[in-house]
Amino acid sequence: MVRLSIAYLRDRPFTTLLNIILLGLATATLIILVTVSTQLGTRIEKDARGIDLVVGAKGSPLQLILSSIYQVDAPTGNIPAGTVDLLRRNPSVAQVIPLALGDNFRGFRIVGTEPAYLDLYGATLASGKMNMKEGEALIGADVARVTGATLGQQFVGSHGLGSGEGAGQHEHDPMTTVGILKPTGTVVDRLIIVSVPTVWHMHGIEHDHDAEHKDGEAHSHEEGHDHAEEAKPDLNDLATGGERTEMQADVTALLVKYRNAMGAVSVPSLINAQAGMQAAVPAIETTRLLSFLGVGLDAIEMLGWLIAFTGGLAIFVALLNALDAREKDLALLRVMGATKGSIFGTILVEGLLTAALGAILGVLLGHGVIAAAAATSPRLQELGLNAFAFHPAELAIIGAVLGIGILAALIPAIRLFRVDLTQILARAA
Amino acid sequence: MDAPAPTVTAVANLHYAIGGRTIIGDLSFAQKAGEHLLLLGASGVGKTSLINLLTGLATPDKGSVSICGEDMASLPGAGRDDLRRRTTGIIFQTLRLISALSVRDNLRLAQLLATGSVDDSKINGLIDAVGITHRADARPRQLSQGEAQRAAIARALVGKPRLIVADEPTSALDDHNAEIVAKLLLDRAEEEGATLLIATHDQRLKAYLPNSMTLQKAA
Repeated sequence: MVRLSIAYLRDRPFTTLLNIILLGLATATLIILVTVSTQLGTRIEKDARGIDLVVGAKGSPLQLILSSIYQVDAPTGNIPAGTVDLLRRNPSVAQVIPLALGDNFRGFRIVGTEPAYLDLYGATLASGKMNMKEGEALIGADVARVTGATLGQQFVGSHGLGSGEGAGQHEHDPMTTVGILKPTGTVVDRLIIVSVPTVWHMHGIEHDHDAEHKDGEAHSHEEGHDHAEEAKPDLNDLATGGERTEMQADVTALLVKYRNAMGAVSVPSLINAQAGMQAAVPAIETTRLLSFLGVGLDAIEMLGWLIAFTGGLAIFVALLNALDAREKDLALLRVMGATKGSIFGTILVEGLLTAALGAILGVLLGHGVIAAAAATSPRLQELGLNAFAFHPAELAIIGAVLGIGILAALIPAIRLFRVDLTQILARAA
Repeated sequence: MDAPAPTVTAVANLHYAIGGRTIIGDLSFAQKAGEHLLLLGASGVGKTSLINLLTGLATPDKGSVSICGEDMASLPGAGRDDLRRRTTGIIFQTLRLISALSVRDNLRLAQLLATGSVDDSKINGLIDAVGITHRADARPRQLSQGEAQRAAIARALVGKPRLIVADEPTSALDDHNAEIVAKLLLDRAEEEGATLLIATHDQRLKAYLPNSMTLQKAA
């Protein structure tokens, strides 16, 4: 009887194909939605883990979170490096990790920070040394894969935070790759990690050598190059209110972890009282972000289900239209000895097979589209989308599509089941 | 001395009405194995109704129908389906083959339903015997009227039935094709050891089946 169902589907190939495509598109839409929203949610949660507060220049708190934690937006500006010590002295603060941004290498952000930043994301070495001396760089796994960076290789950063941005390169300050990091599945994979003084040096900012270079190396930034002028468009343009126009030892943001619950009360108010500074809570901002995204995702989900029901309706119409011809076949099948139940099953199997083929097409199409998009879109690459990760919700989607197929076939099957066989035979005589 | 031939069809005092109108009134006849019978009658005398009763697709109001010794009235619906599948091959005027299947697959399905298994050599032999080997993989809509009726004969015979019931098997055919189909029916029934019962208004068939009975419109 399954072969008979297949024969009926093959007997009207264009209708069958159309129905399969409709259900395939619906399944693909829903699978893309589930995959992207799930992986996005996981990524958002993973990247913000262990960070209670982000301190940065005044502006949009969401922008501060996006630029500092997720590295996907322009920073709101810079804040004095002295804020680091200010916060570290606060008894309610357990950890402060500074971030200094402003440059990129082939579109990958160069982040000036401290080793604690790598610990935050559990980053470990794949090869090389875990050194962050001035002029040394640790390369994230995705950066190494895309750029083909090798240990000992030198490179120069470009102004701005994305490829194509900025006006020039820091040709006088090449950095050396000393370590390549293992994949972490976090934002670190897409970053080039250097020390904060390395960023300052690239931008011609004087800083306390003794404090930053514990190995006692002598450094001079006065010979042969001057970053002050070229750095202004990157860092100073991002500063708020034009108050920080001179080249100073600034940082872009601070990632803060509280020692105790009091921190959540006292630290944000302390920061927000400072001129030109703000404190943004990742949990609040990511919830806002997800609620914005949620509206769009809900709309896409509705569209997906609408296509699925259209596919179901198409199966229903196709089976209903075929009923006249099918009535005679039913009569003949009954005459040949087929039971009513097996004929009823034949119709249901037809609906189910169409839906199953649609679901298979949808799974392949959905993951294929994600793979193609992730391979071609830098934005999606930044999100770290994995096309080959299967979410349990996909089983529910497939189940629902199969259910739609059965439901669409149920009414024609029942109608056929109730047909008076003798009347059909009388008409055929 | 040979044992008497078993009774294949036994119809006794059959009454059948649809919507209060009597279609068949007090009909009786019987067929021993190998006794082919031609039931002649004009349109509306109840030929198709009689075939529905003989095959258990309809239930008589009065009287009885027995096929190969089993009384239809004593069987539940599933039992009548089973008896029909085991004993009877049916040929209609226009209802010949499953539209989505090739001739060969129609025969396979019919054999599977009748016997529970498929014997391709038997199927190929029957297709060859009815002279449509070159059309074995064609769909029903690709066949001529004569080819389709020959395929329907093969389909009816593939389950090795003891009774072949044919409803107007030649009415839509020209003389040439009607002769081919009539001879084929008789030859194949003889060959397969089946008893033939043809209900038709086609008087041409009297030339091939001398044992006939005329059905009258019920009073």
